[in-house]
Amino acid sequence: MKIHLKIWRQKDSQSKGEFKDYTLDDVHQELSFLEMLDTLNLKLVKKGEYPVEFDHDCREGICGQCGMMINGIAHGPLKNTTTCQLHMRSFKDGDTIYIEPFKAAAFPVVRDLKVNRSSLDHIITSGGYVSVDTGQAPEANSIPIAHEEAEAAFDAAACIGCGACVASCKNASAALFTSAKITQLELLPQGQTETSKRVISMVKQMEEEGFGHCTNTEACQVECPEDISVLNIARMNYEYNKAKILNK
Amino acid sequence: MENVLKSEIPEGPLSEKWSNYKKTAKLVSPNNRKKLEVIVVGTGLAGASAAASLAEMGYNVKSFCFQDSPRRAHSVAAQGGVNAAKNYKNDGDSVYRMFYDTLKGGDFRSREANTYRLAECSANLIDQATAQGVPFGREYGGYLRNRSFGGVQVSRTFYARGQTGQQLLLGSYQALMRQVNTGKVSLYARHEMLDLVLIEGKAKGIIARNLDTGKVERHGAHAVVLATGGYGKIYYLSTLAMGCNASAIWRAHKKGAFMANPSWTQIHPTCLPQSGEYQSKLTLMSESLRNDGRIWVPKDKNDTRKANDIPEEERDYYLERKYPAFGNLAPRDIASRSAKEQIDAGKGIGALKNAVYLDFSKAIKEYGKDIIKERYGNLFNMYKKITGIDAYLEPMKISPAAHFSMGGLWVDYELKTTIPGLFAIGEANFSDHGANRLGANSLLQACVDGYFVLPYTLQNFLADEIKQPKTDINHPEFDKAEQAVKKQIEGFLTTKGTKTAEEFNKLLGSELYDKCGLSRSKEGLEQAIKNIQDLRKAFKTDLIVPGEASEVNSELEKAGRVADYMELAELMCIDALQREESCGAHFRTEYQTAESEAKRDDTNFCYSSAWEWNNNPSNPILNKEKLIFETVTPSVRSYK
Ligand SMILES: Cc1cc2nc3c(=O)[nH]c(=O)nc-3n(C[C@H](O)[C@H](O)[C@H](O)COP(=O)(O)OP(=O)(O)OC[C@H]3O[C@@H](n4cnc5c(N)ncnc54)[C@H](O)[C@@H]3O)c2cc1C
Ligand code: SF4
Ligand code: FES
Repeated sequence: MKIHLKIWRQKDSQSKGEFKDYTLDDVHQELSFLEMLDTLNLKLVKKGEYPVEFDHDCREGICGQCGMMINGIAHGPLKNTTTCQLHMRSFKDGDTIYIEPFKAAAFPVVRDLKVNRSSLDHIITSGGYVSVDTGQAPEANSIPIAHEEAEAAFDAAACIGCGACVASCKNASAALFTSAKITQLELLPQGQTETSKRVISMVKQMEEEGFGHCTNTEACQVECPEDISVLNIARMNYEYNKAKILNK
Repeated sequence: MENVLKSEIPEGPLSEKWSNYKKTAKLVSPNNRKKLEVIVVGTGLAGASAAASLAEMGYNVKSFCFQDSPRRAHSVAAQGGVNAAKNYKNDGDSVYRMFYDTLKGGDFRSREANTYRLAECSANLIDQATAQGVPFGREYGGYLRNRSFGGVQVSRTFYARGQTGQQLLLGSYQALMRQVNTGKVSLYARHEMLDLVLIEGKAKGIIARNLDTGKVERHGAHAVVLATGGYGKIYYLSTLAMGCNASAIWRAHKKGAFMANPSWTQIHPTCLPQSGEYQSKLTLMSESLRNDGRIWVPKDKNDTRKANDIPEEERDYYLERKYPAFGNLAPRDIASRSAKEQIDAGKGIGALKNAVYLDFSKAIKEYGKDIIKERYGNLFNMYKKITGIDAYLEPMKISPAAHFSMGGLWVDYELKTTIPGLFAIGEANFSDHGANRLGANSLLQACVDGYFVLPYTLQNFLADEIKQPKTDINHPEFDKAEQAVKKQIEGFLTTKGTKTAEEFNKLLGSELYDKCGLSRSKEGLEQAIKNIQDLRKAFKTDLIVPGEASEVNSELEKAGRVADYMELAELMCIDALQREESCGAHFRTEYQTAESEAKRDDTNFCYSSAWEWNNNPSNPILNKEKLIFETVTPSVRSYK
């Protein structure tokens, strides 16, 4: 099929970007979205032009490195799917596809579709862990955890750190990402002791990184490839208020 | 040459070696630790756990990865689980049994003492990960759940849904970030190591390229640890991530670190087949599907009918036919090799005739769709996401794909390479799996190396370095290494040929898969060596890389990786050619039994090959580490 592409090109964070038009004539349905971009890049490189830079690594939906806005939707039209797992069969012959980087103040553009998401790492650095050193761990079965609790913790822990929640949010808030980690660790006895300290420092860090405030539009969950629940945000807010009151 | 290699196995009976080692290993006082710097390249399970543990002890750590966050290292993609000899199931598991299973699974081609230590430290890992908040699967009573995995008779695999690697990695990533917070770890994401720097014969630093700015940087330390993962991407189509590479270990190899058993590659039987020439990746489908799926091809190679239209009597369930006892559950190497046999005989299915069927219709009839959905629902969904096909209605198409590198840098018991001050951990080394790795053992190995082994053995080394000043990155050796790296980059950019690095990787990969993959022969390998040499020449003159060195340039990154593959590929073939036996994943067609099974030769080949760089990729020197079995007598693997 024939596909028209309008791709955001931007040399670096300082330069101004713009959409450039490309057309691919012979796109097979079974190509993944990134393989479609590979074929475009192959053509560009062979012509001596600069290929479209985009982030990706595992190409199986788990590392969280890929991600772009496809027709205005983070990771594209298919629900619960990362960009690398999206295939061209989701598009029709003659379609025009707009491709842009994830946009947020806290995600500066590196080049073209590549953005810098270190701000998410900084949030984890500020407290997204259990403070246990190697060698300190007690026997694993000494702390039973109900099946349901472990499963609920897993649901939150499934976040792949892609940043789609930020990109899809009109406030560019990282509340979904941050709350998922807070919830996971709060649900497990191993993490509970540090909850109030954790929630305060992670929320503070989130603000310092330049992420916006959550106004409960819930767009994040819709575009999150892992279907991380917005209920985590409610839990985070609850824990935050509790910690603030207790710390007074 | 045989005694160049000192494996440094501690004295004492197998079960006491590691505790004996720990008792006598040298220590560094906390006060001195803060004067010492360690570079850890890689943030997968091996690298992140090592960096975090060393920082907790008080060392200053510099941690590197090429992804934009340490959490994205390819350990994240492991699905199935991680083994540990906890014996929670009371099914007779023990450290010894786990050790024996691993040794046997590896076809008696690994070092006894290392394999034993792996099993010995396994239980600790489950404790450590649980304490970090890794949400392992639980029974309703709240205790940890286990399942069984290929090649063993006990249930010792712990798992976190189908995302065990992700959850374990997040545990060690968080431990790492906690140390970033204390200031003990400096993090260098989007940095690629491009050379190792030796000063007076010791590893003292690295040259790395900042992938966001293109700047070539120097980093010094008192010791360097490589935790850079596997190099299965050399085959191009593989289950690895796009950026996985051999560059760090290969460049260390060229500075004097020996490469061991480089040709031993695990080819996984149940992956999604290639569907077109633009395909970039073969996704792994969990091995567990073989519990209920039946593998077959049409008897007639010209059969063009749809799978469901081919009647029962015209199908060949070749695994059930050839291995009645194990059937569809034959071990990975055997299942993969048999699929290749069918495909080579022209019976492959699908548009490219490169796959075999994995059929659930019998199981669905027997247990009902709901049970099958409960067991494999997520995998059927994933299959549909990628192929668009509903596997409840028609069989899956699967094919073998390169998956795991048993080979890697040679290390002794202390995980030291042949370069003083250079250590290798995780999939980057060769140590514990022999000629075939058992499922769920490599997450374990990466973790055990990083959390539990390296902190002791590196300290034993550093104890003698406390008087050494901070490494001077203005030393002439840094100049030299930096210049060499820059010169290579310049070379790529000025070749201005016609083929991209990826195109070269594809050509190399299919050559290697064909002749140094599932089965190897003298004739094929000799041909491959010649073809690889020609390809390497073409790469030097016909590569095209656009853009500049001083900017984001992913084509340039790929060129460096493929340049190393071009050399390593030849060593893999030389290694496979030299080993005139079949063992584990290494199947030489000349050395098989009348029933087409691998024929090991313990009299002549009971060693690990450790190759030494000799200024030219075609001329490596072979060193042998003889494998001595004190506790176990090697036997013949049989799955009939
Ligand atoms: C799809 C898949 C499924 C698997 N499933 C299982 C399973 O169920 N159970 C099991 O036990 N094993 C499994 N394995 C194997 C296991 O996941 C790996 O062997 C293990 O995770 C390797 O860990 P590592 O830390 O050694 O390397 P990796 O996790 O690959 O990490 C390598 C690190 O090195 C960095 N790096 C590499 N090169 C450079 C360079 N030149 N410069 C700077 N940094 C560099 C990378 O950025 C990365 O941080 C699976 C493997 C795959 C591919
Ligand atoms: S919450 Fe969802 S969208 Fe946000 S980073 Fe995690 S996986 Fe991505
Ligand atoms: S490339 Fe890893 S999630 Fe898409």
